[in-house]
Amino acid sequence: MSHHDVIVVGIGLAGLSAAVRLAEAGARVLVLAKGIGATHLGPCTIDVLGYAPDRVERPGEAIGALGDGHPYAAVGRDGVAAALDWFKRSTAPYAYVGGLDENLLLPTAVGALKPSAAVPETMAAGDLRGGGEVCVVGFRALKDFHAPLLADNLARSGIGARAVELDLVPEGRADVNSLGFARAFDDPGFQAEVAAQLVARLGAQERVAFPAVLGIATPGAAWRALQDRLARPVFEVPTLPPSVPGMRVFALLRERLRRAGGRVILNAVVGGADRDGARVTGVRARVGLRDVAYGTDWVVLATGGFASGGLELDSRWSARETALGLPVAGVPGPGAERFRPAYLDAHPIGRAGVEVDRGLRPAGLENVLVAGATLAGAEPWREKSGDGISLATGHHAAGLILPATGARPEPATAEARP
Amino acid sequence: MTTGQDVLGDLMRGSLDHCVKCTICETFCPVSNVTPLFPDDEPSPDASLDYCSGCGICTQVCPQGVHIAEINTQARADLRERTGFKLRDRLLARPDVIGRLATPAAPLANAGLRSRPLRLVAERLLGIDHRAALPAYPGRTFQRWARRRQSPPAARRVAYFHGCGANWTEPRTGEMTVELLEHLGCQVEVPRGQACCGLPAQSNGMFGLARRYVRRMARRLAPAARAGVDIVGTSTSCTLMLKREAREILGLEDDADLRLVGDNVYDICEYLLMLHDRGELRTDFRPLPLTVTYHAPCQQQGHGIGKPALDLMALVPELRVIENDATCCGVAGTYGLKREKYEIAMDVGAGLFDQIAGASPDLAVCDSETCRWHIEKATGVRTVHPVEVLHRAAGLG
Repeated sequence: MSHHDVIVVGIGLAGLSAAVRLAEAGARVLVLAKGIGATHLGPCTIDVLGYAPDRVERPGEAIGALGDGHPYAAVGRDGVAAALDWFKRSTAPYAYVGGLDENLLLPTAVGALKPSAAVPETMAAGDLRGGGEVCVVGFRALKDFHAPLLADNLARSGIGARAVELDLVPEGRADVNSLGFARAFDDPGFQAEVAAQLVARLGAQERVAFPAVLGIATPGAAWRALQDRLARPVFEVPTLPPSVPGMRVFALLRERLRRAGGRVILNAVVGGADRDGARVTGVRARVGLRDVAYGTDWVVLATGGFASGGLELDSRWSARETALGLPVAGVPGPGAERFRPAYLDAHPIGRAGVEVDRGLRPAGLENVLVAGATLAGAEPWREKSGDGISLATGHHAAGLILPATGARPEPATAEARP
Repeated sequence: MTTGQDVLGDLMRGSLDHCVKCTICETFCPVSNVTPLFPDDEPSPDASLDYCSGCGICTQVCPQGVHIAEINTQARADLRERTGFKLRDRLLARPDVIGRLATPAAPLANAGLRSRPLRLVAERLLGIDHRAALPAYPGRTFQRWARRRQSPPAARRVAYFHGCGANWTEPRTGEMTVELLEHLGCQVEVPRGQACCGLPAQSNGMFGLARRYVRRMARRLAPAARAGVDIVGTSTSCTLMLKREAREILGLEDDADLRLVGDNVYDICEYLLMLHDRGELRTDFRPLPLTVTYHAPCQQQGHGIGKPALDLMALVPELRVIENDATCCGVAGTYGLKREKYEIAMDVGAGLFDQIAGASPDLAVCDSETCRWHIEKATGVRTVHPVEVLHRAAGLG
């Protein structure tokens, strides 16, 4: 059986943050994941806290007012700030702007305004707190991004907005998603063509919104080029999956993990642990047609919530955490109200998850830390706190483990490519 | 325990119900990254499936557990059944037959394979791209070498599954494997009569042929497994075929031999690292003051074992290993040999080739034979199996 300092289960933002931080500090890290995580699905804006329950303008202050059961309580304001700083350093040169002082207010793909603490610089000019005039550029060939819808909804919020749709199609492609356009935007020729079709159609005061497809090979390059060519602020609006901004972040963090000697095994479905009293000594996973055991000193559990399969609820309302079988708190008992009528209401089951102590440990386990959407106590989709919780708890979990792993020398494994 | 052949097959197809259309598979697909030919927007079954290389990365990255590559391989076979099989694909599906024909006539066969006019003719007649990397036949076989060799008795016994690559085209890799295993304290047996595992036939949609091949291979290897002897393979894709793919794709759950072999077969690096994890690997390697690049091929990643070759090479003093950042070199078995796919294969591998060339290594290292030929041809850098590096570090070569 192989032995590792830390096994991280899950490769979304929480798992990656924990794994990269641990590996860069010299720990021998193995990431086991069923597949690629939520980075490819969400916008990867770091929404720390958008609603509590009213719209939050200063997320740093609002974190302090959350109850003890909220995941941020274990991390604290300073911990969240440290995680944000770490994230900004770790995703360079893909620059993020913002912080805990104030939320930016950026349009989503349907033109709603969403509070975010930190966003890629390619999105920052979409901060519409001060109003403004926006020209939303769409591509008729790009599925699931409808510029007129976005513009109409922005106009309802009192933003001067209109849509322009282009017929440009990446060469030879029949069915193009956001990644197809992002690859096209890596080509300066395509950038120039887009700019040429737009430049005469823009109003003097208009800034320009694009779907978040402005290049992927070198994050930020196409955005800068367009801003120069159009001589005005340009910003990206997150699209439906696949998320190009998320892929940029994934690629950068994955490369850092590789450079630090961290290992990743995909299609490893963790389904149990070996225990010695209050300590987990290893985890068991189904890989292909085999059951494999991995020994470890620490486990960071970052498998996500119900949507990712980290938590499951059966037809008898019995909930379980799927990787280690941890108890799930917050599921209403028999006879109690479980759901409210409206989809976006605060549902009684909404805060279900794994309960942890201040050290992110579930009851009765010393060396298992839980991070991200698996945690009980938050309602990320209402609070707008999903990526904030994932980043902060993933980063914090690594920080809690590091002193115990000691300052081991970095393993003499392969260098990453130069 | 239920062993009907449909149980696993139903699980494979049933996994499709878990698809949430997130498109993560598409974002990682190395083929659709470089060509608009795959996927297309034709009605199902989509004929563009022919352009799927079968690298398996889609299955690896799927967060919902959908067996995309396996389902694609089945659908591709279905398409081929309807459209008929090309002579070329019938040939590529039988590397053992080609090896048996080419070996006695090796000088002639090699001259033919190196002759541009003949390759152009072969391209026209068969559709095998004249630029594609094909092996040279050394004119001897690994099996012949193995038959004349008696492995000294040792506490640990292993059976070597050599595959077609080591037998017909790279017997030296097979020989080094045996020498290395013996050096590391293993008594090596080479089960007789190993032909082809059926992977090329499976990839080319000839499931009937693939089933016959893999059942025969399982019969040859099963006695070792039954005797409690671990089976190790150096051809990582063929080893994966025995371990998992044949059972998942060909519906062979009725084959007890295959199940037994599948449960007891290991990629050679996986096996050696397992010994190391148990503290049972001899690690007195000599310093090798070399720089090598390492590419874990797509099929190696399909094992779900990480990159054991990196951990093993890290045991060699003074060896500098640069890990490549690439999922697939493009060739994917026989895919990149085909005229209509050669350029796609080169485009898929372009980033990897640049990384290797940029590192100016003494050697490139890769676990799969067709990938080695493809990488070597594209970069001009000699490309070897990890076994060769360890063999040298063990002072054997």
